[in-house]
Amino acid sequence: MLRNTPIPAVEIRDVTLNYFTPERETLALSNISLDVAKGEFIALVGSSGCGKSTLLTLVSGLMPASRGSIKVDGLEVTAPSPQVGFMFQKDTLLDWRSIVDNVMLGAELLGLDRRRARQRAETLLTRYGLGEFMHSLPHQLSGGMRQRAALARTLCCEPDLLLLDEPFSALDYQTRLALSNEIAAILQAEGKTVILVTHDIGEAISMADRVIVMSRRPGRIKSEHHISFPSFGGKRPTPFEARKCPEFAQYFQTIWDELDLHEVH
Amino acid sequence: MSSEAIADTKIAAKGAAPSGRSAAYEAYLRALRWRSWSISLWQIGLIAAFLVIWEVAPRAGWINPMLTSYPSAVARTFMAGASDGSLLMHTWVTLFETIVGFAGGMVLGLLCAIALWWSDYLYRVLDPFIVVLNAIPKIALVPIFYIWLGDAASIYAMAIAVSVFVTVLMLFTGFKAIDPDKIKLARLFGASKRQILDKIVLPGSVPTIISALKVNVGLALVGVVVGEFQAAKAGLGYLITYGSQIFQMNLVMTAIVVLAAISTALFVVIQAIESTVLRRHGVSR
Repeated sequence: MLRNTPIPAVEIRDVTLNYFTPERETLALSNISLDVAKGEFIALVGSSGCGKSTLLTLVSGLMPASRGSIKVDGLEVTAPSPQVGFMFQKDTLLDWRSIVDNVMLGAELLGLDRRRARQRAETLLTRYGLGEFMHSLPHQLSGGMRQRAALARTLCCEPDLLLLDEPFSALDYQTRLALSNEIAAILQAEGKTVILVTHDIGEAISMADRVIVMSRRPGRIKSEHHISFPSFGGKRPTPFEARKCPEFAQYFQTIWDELDLHEVH
Repeated sequence: MSSEAIADTKIAAKGAAPSGRSAAYEAYLRALRWRSWSISLWQIGLIAAFLVIWEVAPRAGWINPMLTSYPSAVARTFMAGASDGSLLMHTWVTLFETIVGFAGGMVLGLLCAIALWWSDYLYRVLDPFIVVLNAIPKIALVPIFYIWLGDAASIYAMAIAVSVFVTVLMLFTGFKAIDPDKIKLARLFGASKRQILDKIVLPGSVPTIISALKVNVGLALVGVVVGEFQAAKAGLGYLITYGSQIFQMNLVMTAIVVLAAISTALFVVIQAIESTVLRRHGVSR
């Protein structure tokens, strides 16, 4: 699935991060190098505290790396950019704003054209089945609907790269499966480059083209798995279909063994 | 609302009473109504009993009427004060001072809390002083304020002093409790610190600001009355000191009753503001 393009969408080179607290210095990430091709969907998995979310924060430009370089579309990352969209574990909708006003938050903060943003917000919300809730307040929506509204907010500024930080883990199991299916379809249709951070191996395998396994602190890249489903005829199955393919169970077993989860404690 | 709907469907299933409600549900509603009636009855009964005892005890010679006055005497004083306008004037003076002091304490507290939120360094430097200033019994400052600021300004200063430190602490804690992911979200959209304050922190703190209003309206009244004890030539606090100096207990009691009415009225106003604002603000209840 990895397409060879001259400039990768994301280029991470020898990135190291040290955290300082009054008690100690922590090496959170150590010599991470990773390329993500345009339109590729990669998943970072690892046990909690392996620094996978931290790596996402570095790519977003909110925090500089201690060493190494991160480029998005060939340009060094120094600050957050509207080209990069971010989704959190929680929907982080603002309770006091209607859904459509929440979706327009990015455009408002970036000082973009409000009329265009509003049109796009309304289009996205209608497409995601939230048309009749546009003027509702977040507390009137279910968890899955709120997270879809958060996706609309992220896509409203038309980012090329999406960083998803465990965006499904706060949802109940059924909603999580349904929503990951839906969001994978949306992102694939829009041809976005995606980096998904998750601790859910099944979610990673079913959604991503490539799964990166990270070791425990200091976070390093332990292994990579290109995910393909020959039994599905070479096409990209939806996450739902992927879970039913025989390859799914094999990938799951391999990655499970690599994660060393039994060593936790 | 939804529980009613559920009850309705249950009854439809059973095919019951012509009213559309089952006998058991009617009985439940009757019990509920009776309960709220009986609570009101008790409340009215307690007030009535208090007034009767207060009226009878001094007249029967159980307690010295000089010390307690009677409700009927208080009522006469109240009517006399109301008809010659003097009571209204004193009430207005106290109410006005309370509202000004309350607004002053709120605005000053909000500005200080914003400054502390803006600069963590400033907060670290000032934190112990704020804690100590908050702990000082502000009433101890009344004579100093009187000497420094004179009679009028010292009352406002007292109202502000009593309420401002609590406001700063409450609001600052509220600002800090804003979900850090929401601030991160704004920063990802390139928000400046000013934008984070305007779009995330202040609107997100509306429930905290309203709680601070509720606390402060009572505190401002305390500050004003104490200030008036020392300094004023008008106001309910003045009436209380004056009445006690000339041993006119009905005057003192009248002023206290009016104070109770003012504080209840202010609280009701704030509560009305609270319920409208919070509903519009998307706080589910």
